Amino acid sequence: MLRFCALAAVLAAAGPALAKDITVEAGPDAQERLQTALLDAKPGDTVRIGAGRFELTDGLSLDVNGVTVRGAGPDKTVLSFRGQLGAGEGLLVTSDDVVLRDFAVEDSKGDGIKSKGADRIVYKNVRVEWTGGPKASNGAYGVYPVESSDILIDGVTVSGASDAGIYVGQSNRIIVRNSVAKYNVAGIEIENRGYAEVTNNLATHNTGGILVFDLPALPRHGAGFVTVSGNKVIDNDTPNFAPPGNTVATVPTGTGVLVMAENDVNIFDNDLSGNGTANIMVVAYRQSFEDKSYDPYPRNVRISGNKHGRAGFAPAMPGGKELAQALGGTLPPIFWDGTVESGKGPAVNGSRDAPVLTLNLALGAGIETARPQLVTLTEAVPIAWPAVRLPPAMEAAAK
Amino acid sequence: MKVLLGAAALFVAALLGRPGGVNDAAITGAGWPAHLSDYAFFTDLKTRAPAQRLMPYNLETPLFSDYAEKERYIYLPEGARAKYDADKPLDLPVGAALVKTFGYRVNGAFKPLETRVLLHRASGWAAIPYVWNAEGTDADIKRAGTRLPVTFTDPSGETHRISYAVPNQNQCKDCHALAGEVTPIGIKARYLNHAGQLEKLLAGGMLDRLPADAPKVARWDDKAAPVDARARAWLEINCAHCHNPQGAASNSGLFLDLARTDPEQRGLFKRPTAAGRGAGTRDFDIVPGDPQASILLYRMESTDPGIAMPELGRATVHKEGVALIREWIESMPKSPDRR
Repeated sequence: MLRFCALAAVLAAAGPALAKDITVEAGPDAQERLQTALLDAKPGDTVRIGAGRFELTDGLSLDVNGVTVRGAGPDKTVLSFRGQLGAGEGLLVTSDDVVLRDFAVEDSKGDGIKSKGADRIVYKNVRVEWTGGPKASNGAYGVYPVESSDILIDGVTVSGASDAGIYVGQSNRIIVRNSVAKYNVAGIEIENRGYAEVTNNLATHNTGGILVFDLPALPRHGAGFVTVSGNKVIDNDTPNFAPPGNTVATVPTGTGVLVMAENDVNIFDNDLSGNGTANIMVVAYRQSFEDKSYDPYPRNVRISGNKHGRAGFAPAMPGGKELAQALGGTLPPIFWDGTVESGKGPAVNGSRDAPVLTLNLALGAGIETARPQLVTLTEAVPIAWPAVRLPPAMEAAAK
Repeated sequence: MKVLLGAAALFVAALLGRPGGVNDAAITGAGWPAHLSDYAFFTDLKTRAPAQRLMPYNLETPLFSDYAEKERYIYLPEGARAKYDADKPLDLPVGAALVKTFGYRVNGAFKPLETRVLLHRASGWAAIPYVWNAEGTDADIKRAGTRLPVTFTDPSGETHRISYAVPNQNQCKDCHALAGEVTPIGIKARYLNHAGQLEKLLAGGMLDRLPADAPKVARWDDKAAPVDARARAWLEINCAHCHNPQGAASNSGLFLDLARTDPEQRGLFKRPTAAGRGAGTRDFDIVPGDPQASILLYRMESTDPGIAMPELGRATVHKEGVALIREWIESMPKSPDRR
């Protein structure tokens, strides 16, 4: 043990001393120089990308643990993939303990920045944008961590993604905070994962603001325990521009927060307004599926203490217009398909401060079988689970 | 300086000490040799005549790489043998190497563009790309990859002008990593088990054993073989290095390895996970009987980097592969109740 401690002390002392900066400036051969820096970096190193535009033809990738990639600012250091000829994303990270900060990725043909199997990753003050505005030909995801544990997304801005701006899939312990998602199909999407906090973000002018999904036939099912609080989810009004085959193509324009088939979701203290379909929507997975281990029902979704502005004035789901007419022109701010497993209590609970429209649909049943009903939520024993705590080094890197 | 001279002397000694032999130190050493010639895999680089203990091989059904031709060699050091495996790649010892040269015919002669080497070091497999000089006398290391303008004529007679992508080292790993470890892909018994290749390895003392029932994949363009076997072999070699539970596409839930039995995991009526616009307007990876409704085919027929599959190494459509997968999906019985 003593020997181990001594070794650890030596390593700790040697680490920072050996860490170096590798600087890459804009200019000719940016692709090769930048990629070489990402290959040459050693754990502890920082790849510093200078100010300016970097015109890139292929995806960049990083596979070294413990590297920081740092630009001069999200408006100063721009990695442009307008001329991209290959690879499925702008930047791919496949190593652990990586910090990405202070740069922008623009106009990648596929995803903007993807990190896969990359634990303890920090995205800080990064911008991912498709500069031509919302278009079906834009890449799918802006910031895309997947199959990872401990993810911090802080102060990130994503716009124009043809699927989700910030998409965290099949991962654990995630914080998405202080970020902006605008003009994407889905602003922020948490999918098939557990222990996530989506707090103090702005989701505006997306088709749907914040999505919490559990989908079938994926290696990892949703573990639930998702907190959505303190967000501004406002004026999500961009017509859905996702290609029709995608799950998000079914998101009705004007959806604020959408929970699909997830369990243990706590939605509170958000500021929601200008969402023409609903400020909050809770639904079961409504398509057919073969996955025997999949649970299509949302469970224990708690909605309380949110500030509801205007909502339900342009319901874009099938049958929405007719429903609104029947209810005097607009729908209430909270919409629920009312699908519950027989014998189980209501999947949705919370404070009584906002009216809820339920359709009382059976699983898999069409909208024509709806039995619309206005209800108020009932208080249940508040659900509590531990807050997401990320390793201190991650928080320090995001300072 | 003395140290440098000493190292150079050792290096030269290693080369001279084994006439016609490969420089084993370049394979197992820690660095990135600057030139392909440093390994002495070829006794004459201009003709790419292989050194001793380099065994040529090909795959019954190969990965499509923009119609490039490939010259492949297994290198095993003196006294080393590959271990047979019925499913996984042949197990090659430390010191072994795989050498694969990509090129096109120019006026009937093979012109090499790049050579990718996979080196088995004590620390694991390392992948390094080398790009040939214009004279074809040597190839230089290109760790960050590059693009090369290429003009070629495909088997149907169509001429293509493409920007040919030489992968960077991380991209080598994208395909070759299995649960995070770099591993060979093609040298599985079932892809090598034709034209006496495995028998030759066995006879040369380079393979430990060869069971009589060693498996065989179908040749993708063998019209006499069942379309199902051909299509699944094509999909495995082109897709399954990523599309398996331990590969780069593990999160997709679409697994195209030959042994896979679950229909949904194989793509039948499977909805896309994170395909984004790669799904086009289609709902399922494979709709039996309806290739035009199948995402798989949509992505194979595209060259847009945001849509095309595989994501790397393809700037042209493999027309013959597309035709095979179309025929295969068409041959599947329809399930009208599922649409």
